[in-house]
Amino acid sequence: MLRLPKFRYLQPKSVAEAVRMVSDGGPDALFVAGGTDLYPNMKRRQQVPKVVIGLAQLKQLRTTKGKPAQGMVLGAGLTLTEVAEDRRIQHAYPVVSKAAELISTPLLRNMGSIGGNLLLDTRCNYYDQNYEWRKGINFCMKKDGQICWVAPSSPRCWAVQSSDSAPVMVAIGAQVKLISSSGERLLPVAELYNDDGIHHLNKRPDELLTEIHLPPTNGWRATYWKLRRRGSFDFPVLGVATCLRLTGDGTVEHAKIVLGGIGSCPIEATLSEKAIIGKRLTEETVHDAAEAAYSPVKPLDNTDFATYWRKHMARYYVACTLRELGGLPQGLPHPETENSVPALRVFSSGPFS
Amino acid sequence: MGGANGAERKDLRVIGKPHRKVDAASKVTGQTKYADDLVLPRMLYTKILRSTVPHGRILKLDTSKAESHPGVKLVLLGKDLPIPYGALPVSEDEHPLAIGKVRMMGDPVAAVAAVDEDVATEALDLIDVEYELLPAISSIQAALDTPEPRIHEYGEYGNIHRRQAYEFGDVEVGFAEADFIREDVTFYEGSTHLALEQHASVAQFGHDGKLTLWTCTQDPHYLHRSLAKVLGLPQNHVRVIATTNGGGFGGKCDPFAHEIIVSKLAMMTGRPVKICLTREEVFYCHRGRHPVLMSTKTGFKKDGTITAMHHRTFLDGGAYGGHGVASTFYTGVLQPTTYKIKRYKFEAVRVFTNKAPCGPKRGHGTPQPRFAQEIQMDKIAEQLGLDPAEMRKKHLIPPNSLTVNWLRVGTMGLGKCIDKVVEGSNWKERFRKLPYGKGIGLACSGYMTGAGTPIYWNSMPHSGVQLKLDRSGGATVFCGSAEIGQGSDSILAYIVAEVLGIDPFDIRVVTADTDLTPVDLGSYSSRVTLMTGNAAIQAAERAKGMLIQAVSAKLEVPADRLVFADRRVFDSENPEKGVTFVEAVWLAEAKFGTLGTVGSYKPAPAPGKFKGSGVGPSPAYSYTAAVAEVEVNPETGIVVVPRVWIAHDIGQCINPVLVMGQIEGSVYMGLGEALMEEMTYRGNRNVVHKFPSFLEYKSPTTMEMCDVITYLIEDQDSNGPFGAKEAGQGPQLPVAPAIANAIYDAVGVRIDEVPITPDKVLKAIRAKAKGQEGRYGPTVFPRCDMPASIFVPTPEEGGDGKAVERQPVLA
Repeated sequence: MLRLPKFRYLQPKSVAEAVRMVSDGGPDALFVAGGTDLYPNMKRRQQVPKVVIGLAQLKQLRTTKGKPAQGMVLGAGLTLTEVAEDRRIQHAYPVVSKAAELISTPLLRNMGSIGGNLLLDTRCNYYDQNYEWRKGINFCMKKDGQICWVAPSSPRCWAVQSSDSAPVMVAIGAQVKLISSSGERLLPVAELYNDDGIHHLNKRPDELLTEIHLPPTNGWRATYWKLRRRGSFDFPVLGVATCLRLTGDGTVEHAKIVLGGIGSCPIEATLSEKAIIGKRLTEETVHDAAEAAYSPVKPLDNTDFATYWRKHMARYYVACTLRELGGLPQGLPHPETENSVPALRVFSSGPFS
Repeated sequence: MGGANGAERKDLRVIGKPHRKVDAASKVTGQTKYADDLVLPRMLYTKILRSTVPHGRILKLDTSKAESHPGVKLVLLGKDLPIPYGALPVSEDEHPLAIGKVRMMGDPVAAVAAVDEDVATEALDLIDVEYELLPAISSIQAALDTPEPRIHEYGEYGNIHRRQAYEFGDVEVGFAEADFIREDVTFYEGSTHLALEQHASVAQFGHDGKLTLWTCTQDPHYLHRSLAKVLGLPQNHVRVIATTNGGGFGGKCDPFAHEIIVSKLAMMTGRPVKICLTREEVFYCHRGRHPVLMSTKTGFKKDGTITAMHHRTFLDGGAYGGHGVASTFYTGVLQPTTYKIKRYKFEAVRVFTNKAPCGPKRGHGTPQPRFAQEIQMDKIAEQLGLDPAEMRKKHLIPPNSLTVNWLRVGTMGLGKCIDKVVEGSNWKERFRKLPYGKGIGLACSGYMTGAGTPIYWNSMPHSGVQLKLDRSGGATVFCGSAEIGQGSDSILAYIVAEVLGIDPFDIRVVTADTDLTPVDLGSYSSRVTLMTGNAAIQAAERAKGMLIQAVSAKLEVPADRLVFADRRVFDSENPEKGVTFVEAVWLAEAKFGTLGTVGSYKPAPAPGKFKGSGVGPSPAYSYTAAVAEVEVNPETGIVVVPRVWIAHDIGQCINPVLVMGQIEGSVYMGLGEALMEEMTYRGNRNVVHKFPSFLEYKSPTTMEMCDVITYLIEDQDSNGPFGAKEAGQGPQLPVAPAIANAIYDAVGVRIDEVPITPDKVLKAIRAKAKGQEGRYGPTVFPRCDMPASIFVPTPEEGGDGKAVERQPVLA
């Protein structure tokens, strides 16, 4: 990686000033919060803003407001560590704090913000390379080139949505507030993403993400399981966020199962949802939901791990989330022995509590 | 034999104790200056333009725009440095900058010296290069199938760099004696060193016509020779100072293009010139583990006796020779050091491919064949219904013996190592008895303590030490050895302190400066402690002799009653009677003049006398046994290694904490190679490295690192200083096969290649569930015409270690 290119750094004193600065800066200006995504991209010359507007000092973006019963509001500038360690969030929205805790490393969580994670650039190992490397393949359509090397006949870019918080926020039905000099809007997180590796965000560059509105905690339960090579550092190569509401007798009355890390946006596994809605969670219904997750998952060879294996893992991980939420034991008894097989450890991190 | 090695071994005061490293405080407080910390007045910065094609002819190279870019001082091209070089004299196939042709993505093409790094980087973009693309080769099979175009114009033929064939005794006779024969095809993927410090160098050319290069190299002496050769300078006008290496692991052994480039730029500009490589460039320097495809055919009896082994290897060498010829030998020559093999045939082929060049990485060429051998041993034990630990113990090479290929083994503690890990892991209660998904596996290894022959032929010492004593009571040790974190500076201080009865922290250590220090060949082949240690003992004993003479005369105490301890020299029968160490130095200086002594070490000649017998011999062999415990999730194939028990036959610890550090580091590296590390390239995309980055090249974090329970087996070897053998490389070797064997114990599938990734495990588990073979690994071994083997009768058969005309025993 090269060193950072030269740029002008601006430090606004308020959200209003920040929004004005970006509007003045035009296409050459970018916001930066923790910088854990933008700065490496700049070192690789994927993004080369002339003006960088720093948000880390804006206290307005680092507040937590509201009550769980009505829905809490998180400042987009809260660091991932703050989100992971906040007692209120841990208590009312454990899925949010756990997803935050599974992102990258402690050091990067101390810098990176929850808003920044939602807006994380899509990733691809043809794109996340330094300038010389990309020159060696004559670049790709996401930056400086014409072709998608993962799928050369494809007219679109297949870079991968790699945020851990995105599928979780989609699954629980969170919203984001976007502010620009021309006004503000509240957008469901599900509508924040486009299925395109380049234009992956439904957000104008001059809009600033200021708040994340979490839904009221009215009886739903959610979990997030992340597949990655190692217990730290790695982006997800599959993330399953599942949110359920069960009736008194355990019947699933609401289900959202959202897959991350396998496409350019979070993908809702609607067939899996259908397989359990109106039913109780049993080994059979969990199995049906897991099977239904297999076909919508079409991982490509642009992340870590073999693609066919990641596809297989969708079934397993969907089942793991449902077993967890349904209170079923993890791991199937093995037919050859009486013993149950060990559940996942370390490499792929699910919530273990 | 190699000199004295610590006569008084009974009352060791420093040796064997966990002293601090002499450089620890400066490292943890940030005082240590690495090469990239150096800044000299008027210094220029260099960036290197690298090839963006895997194989091509340079049609056009226009540097005019770059040369006129403000701040650029010079643009250097291949034609400025026409003399080729390489780590080994037999394969000097590199140029610092390409001349007419590039052989891999990342090959250096031009270098810019500028006032700062940003300007140099900008200038790279202004250099206009056009290539004529040549077909690129990205695999062993492709190299065998594609003789033209050749990547190099030398070598065996086509794109085959090197073929080696040896036969020790007639293997067909051995196979005829066997009750069973099995042949296993295995593959060991390439991996890189991943030292934290990126390579960096600073060069300065003085008005006296002398060049100084500060650089993070493991082998300053060999670099010294290469620099003088390529730059056309007399050797005595070149000074190499090896700065502290921020990790080496074999990755800083070769002379590198950037080291020569900054030297030449310093000569041409008259200003100091610096370079620090990016992480991507370090991946292109590589010189790491060769990908090796292996076929191991072994004949054995019902009790596990090995009657014959025919071991064949194909090495994917990458774009250059480097240490590759030695690596090729190492894929076979150390196989017979652990168990008795009656007859042994070894054939190896190294091919060129358009990828980063491979070379020496921890274990140099031997983790691959050890993996093949040790997973096969597990299969043999399974086939025979024997306990793999017991079976191995029955067939160990005896101490003080010759192997089938004429290597002289001295002390041999593998049996004790096996006992320790078997006991520690509760092996007998757990092997084949754990629930499905959990398993344990055993593997063993042997490794050499220093290569018996230098890289270039000469009959001088391999290591030299100078010792200076001054009136302050200070002792300064000078030695060419390079500190790469392994503790080589500390070893010198401990040993001299032990002999002279002073404290290790009383001693100054000056190392790795070709102007100031006597030659040590370098930090490779696990040679440093043994060789510098023996040289240091000799120098210290000589100094001690002078002090004894002076003190004995002064105190009127017989020389053999004088003891050196607690910074004093005193009468062992009357400890009150003595002088301080400082006084002893004064007395000796008055008697003999300025005090200085030297010591040196050279290994004894090897018993083998055939062509190629120089690779493999060593003054001593270390031994290791490891048991790995695994948990395998059969629904995902994910393997977790909670624990490794490892016992290492170290001979004698100079410092047990450093030994354990080396062992734990070896387990870590072995774990990474076993489970995830791989140098992979996209053959269909211009042979780019798939992920030259610390994030996407996966190596274990602390989260994946297993618990390590270490046992040190001490059985002093007469060739080692105070009996010490190596610790830096051998302990890595059994880790990967122990994990593979444990996975079989856990879920009943054989993964015959590394890295053992979850997709491979899951495939094998699913295949087994369908009634197919529960195995993942290579199934095809390529064909290649081999030359007739060099045929050497085994020591058991008599003979004198020389090759003979083959006398076929079987009609």
